[in-house]
Amino acid sequence: MATTTAETGPAPGTERLRRLSLTQRILARPAAGALIIVVFVWLVFAAISLAKGNLAFIAASGTLNYLDVAAQVGIIGTAVALLMIAGEFDLSVGSLVGFAGIVIGIGVTIWGLPLWLSIVMSMVATTLLGVLNGIIVVRTRLPSFIVTLATLFIISGFSAVLTSVVTNITYIPIDRAVVAADPIAGLFNWSLSVGGGAAFKVSILWWLLIAVLGTYILGRTRFGNWIAGAGGSATAARNLGVPVARVKISLFALTAFSASVLATIQSMTFFSADILRGRGIELDAITTAVIGGTLLTGGYGSVAGTALGALSLGMARQGIVFADINADWYKIAIGTLLLVAVVLNNWIRHRFAGL
Amino acid sequence: MEATTPTPVTDVSGTAPAADRPPLLEAREVSKYFGAVVAIEGVSLTVRAGEIACLLGDNGAGKSTLIKTLSGVHVPDKGTLAVDGEPVEFSSPRDALDAGVATVYQDLAIMPLMSVTRNFFLGNEPTVGVGPLKRFDMSKAARIAHEEMKRIGIDIRDTDQAVGTLSGGERQTLAIARAEYFGARVLILDEPTSALGVKQSAFVLRHIIAARNRGLGVIFITHNVQHALPIGDTFTILSRGRIGGSFRRGEIDADRLHSEMGGGEELHELSRELAALAQADRRPPAAPAAPAAH
Repeated sequence: MATTTAETGPAPGTERLRRLSLTQRILARPAAGALIIVVFVWLVFAAISLAKGNLAFIAASGTLNYLDVAAQVGIIGTAVALLMIAGEFDLSVGSLVGFAGIVIGIGVTIWGLPLWLSIVMSMVATTLLGVLNGIIVVRTRLPSFIVTLATLFIISGFSAVLTSVVTNITYIPIDRAVVAADPIAGLFNWSLSVGGGAAFKVSILWWLLIAVLGTYILGRTRFGNWIAGAGGSATAARNLGVPVARVKISLFALTAFSASVLATIQSMTFFSADILRGRGIELDAITTAVIGGTLLTGGYGSVAGTALGALSLGMARQGIVFADINADWYKIAIGTLLLVAVVLNNWIRHRFAGL
Repeated sequence: MEATTPTPVTDVSGTAPAADRPPLLEAREVSKYFGAVVAIEGVSLTVRAGEIACLLGDNGAGKSTLIKTLSGVHVPDKGTLAVDGEPVEFSSPRDALDAGVATVYQDLAIMPLMSVTRNFFLGNEPTVGVGPLKRFDMSKAARIAHEEMKRIGIDIRDTDQAVGTLSGGERQTLAIARAEYFGARVLILDEPTSALGVKQSAFVLRHIIAARNRGLGVIFITHNVQHALPIGDTFTILSRGRIGGSFRRGEIDADRLHSEMGGGEELHELSRELAALAQADRRPPAAPAAPAAH
């Protein structure tokens, strides 16, 4: 053969690679668009508060307020983003928030269990439902959109049936004294007053913890590489030896667990469980993940971006409240934000990451 | 190695230098059925170290089924596989990989949205640390990926770059380099050039030759005679699930390969029809062209 390895030389195409500046390298990250969105949302509401002479949004009290709102979405959003990167959806996560709260309520008030045990029981039961979601998706090979839409109806219906048997309303009150005396309830409802009616809530710490853990798992562990691989192409990942089914089931479990964490925070803060809690949060979570640069088709995304997406959602929701604008505008704002973010993310990805 | 070839399954002559060693991978009279459908029947194929075995066939000839059987996706209904002359059973792609048989599928090899490093090590990530602190050793992975890519002639400054930014030929080559790095002795390449242009195909073909020269056995699946003929050592033609002929290099030319692939007669028919059509189109617009083809 005339052709040998010596002729391999420089590859065709290699000369097309450009050296990128620092700015370009930052913009090539999946979270770049979300960062721009967050800055933009903050500037808009800061400008509105300055114009209206009401500085609540800029002050520490307002900041802590929207951080708490962002934290609640962000706790779920982080897990949902990882699941989406692995190529799956969980529409049932909102119903799991309601379910997890109800399990705590029933454990404490009906079965007379200690609160901490009810919380643990709720977390285990909810996580198992997540495992079940995952097993159904993996075994049937149906789109998770359909499977979790079905489980959304089933779980929320089941929670309603349970509570109506117990209390005849959608709501189970939990004794404040029991919460106050419980050894672990403080992990979920602790807050630090910073004066002026503002408080730093423990939900923010949970959000940070989960987001940091999520970033670490996605970026620095084998499992994280498998998440992106499973979402990129499940068949190819399987051929390379990635346990795709295990990865997906674990992430459905993680998503359900995040729902139980949020449910516990809410029921320990409001001293009650309510089946209506968490309703709609599945769409908020997907929105934060998408604003954060995660692709609906899987295989690409960012936990840090999702955290920024949750932050922009929290800012918009509370910013509208502080600015004394009709709250209906919130949905219009979020819808617009989502559209702008997707267009921006696509443009940035095409322009700077070359994809 | 003094041992003679255990089963001379093809009509390959014994004069080739590699012929006195047991083949790296062999399919012996392998059959696979899907219900009533005979996907492959009594198919034998041999690849030796330092040899490119071309597997040619038209669409539906059973190439995919044979590859999937060789790579552990399907278990054959009849016949056996052998590695180094020893019969083996692959019940999963992992078994085949462990035996050094790696398959690079045309479109499914690479995740375009993941970085070069992450793709290279997907499923085989190096780790540092122990217990819960065990983590993906990104710096080691990036260093190795960079070295391996450079070795095959793709100099990437930043292995964090997404694979989607590489050309089609470079992606195929990455998949080949990856399989080789993780211990493949036999590479099964499924239509590696079929989606590529001339330049990109040449790039991939050069790497197939380079892998052969490093002593790997390569099974090169293609329906492109122009790609197979210059680089192949043996040619096996699959037609309607059966072996349509096996030839050594020099025993066959392009025309014969085409006709043996079962498409020969049809190809001649097609060129006659196309010529007639082209003739018809050249007539002045006044005469309707359509009936001329018949």
